[in-house]
Amino acid sequence: MALTRNDTVPLFSPDTANTLRLIAYLALAIALMVIDHRNGWLVQVRYFASAAVEPMYRLAALPSRLARSAGDAMSDRARLNQRNAELERELLLAQARLNRLQSVRDQNERLQQLLEAQRSLNLGVQLARIIDVDTDPFRHRVTIDAGARQGVAVGEAVLDAHGVMGQVVEVLPNASTVMLITDPAHALPVKSERTGLRAIARGNGALDSLELPNVPISADIKPGDMLVTSGLGGHFPAGFPVGTVRNIRNDASGMFAVATLTPSAALDRSGEVLILHNLPDPVGPPAPAPSEGPPAESAPVNKAPNP
Amino acid sequence: MNRMRANDWLFWGSIAACYLLQLMPLPQVLLPLKPWWLALVLMYWTLEAPDYVSLGRAFVLGLVGDVFSGDLLGEQALRLCVFCFILLRFRARLRFFPMWQQALAVLALLLNDRVVLLAIRAADGQLVPVASYWLAPFVGMLAWPWVFLLLDDARARLRVRDA
Repeated sequence: MALTRNDTVPLFSPDTANTLRLIAYLALAIALMVIDHRNGWLVQVRYFASAAVEPMYRLAALPSRLARSAGDAMSDRARLNQRNAELERELLLAQARLNRLQSVRDQNERLQQLLEAQRSLNLGVQLARIIDVDTDPFRHRVTIDAGARQGVAVGEAVLDAHGVMGQVVEVLPNASTVMLITDPAHALPVKSERTGLRAIARGNGALDSLELPNVPISADIKPGDMLVTSGLGGHFPAGFPVGTVRNIRNDASGMFAVATLTPSAALDRSGEVLILHNLPDPVGPPAPAPSEGPPAESAPVNKAPNP
Repeated sequence: MNRMRANDWLFWGSIAACYLLQLMPLPQVLLPLKPWWLALVLMYWTLEAPDYVSLGRAFVLGLVGDVFSGDLLGEQALRLCVFCFILLRFRARLRFFPMWQQALAVLALLLNDRVVLLAIRAADGQLVPVASYWLAPFVGMLAWPWVFLLLDDARARLRVRDA
């Protein structure tokens, strides 16, 4: 005798957990992912949804901001005084150094005028603050509180007081996402400050290290070497500190060495960052030399134009 | 009617709280331990009030999560669909499990979800994650009883007040 449907609690509820429906949704999700991976639709969706996304970020960051300001309010007078004295000392030192650099800069400008070099050392910078949200602990991205309306554009370099942090990868109207240099998908051209050796620094997924793969074994590089951006490629301006060499080992093939760097920038801390606008012209390889031969003026003049 | 509305508020409120908790910053050490709150809360609603949860809704909620987290669009939607499908299939049994067995079921479901996520990320061409990648499901297991008790208590209070 069949029970009526109302008396029984179905062990498998077929109408809500329909396999066919699951497959349809999975297919839809996979299709979305493939399309997004190819065309980057998500960025556009996020741009339009930013009216909802940005307040959510601000709201999620609120507790940590409150906690920090509470910490500031609670920290005792003695510590603040000590910190103040420390900062004053640092400021004095920085000022002295700046004064010295000023004269060097003036000299540099004079020399450059002599050389008729057009490249300017002035960098347009903009201050932004990191919004404390965590979108995925296994991706190295941070969100900052400046976006398209503040003039931020994709590809601009982001620095902090100690070195290069990363570059802008996504821009919302009032916020943007920065990919840190330690992200596994990130690489930037660097050179050794001591020897000028050029290399590529790649993120390896750990927040406190960078990797320098494929360094020739005979290359002059040793622990403690400071690596700065080389400016090749044009994304990052030259001369900003990236990291110091921590150790060097052979790679799996034994043909090359791999150096591990400690990033200069404080990537795990939040606070103010600098966004670099209008990058100077990329310092790339020189334009290819014109093809060899006698100068064009001395070429015989063709009366009949070539077909 | 009124009770329905109070319950609705609780449902949507708990979902919004999940998104906030997911975005909430934590100290660097604790970051990999963050459980998938949305899945835990949806599991409660699936077990106790299945009218609120369907595969379509799981899909949409996952999409919203994707927009917030800025990952691949559809990633969370797919994971949440798989999670809710298994839950809905075994709902009638899971409901009558004692708490510790439910917690173990949560662990199994979340570990399965980690495997799904790994497959997605591998297809996307990203690096194989570190050992701490597998820690979050265990935290989710430990968090499950508290999520359950908190939501159950809130729902019971609403019922008493409305009655």
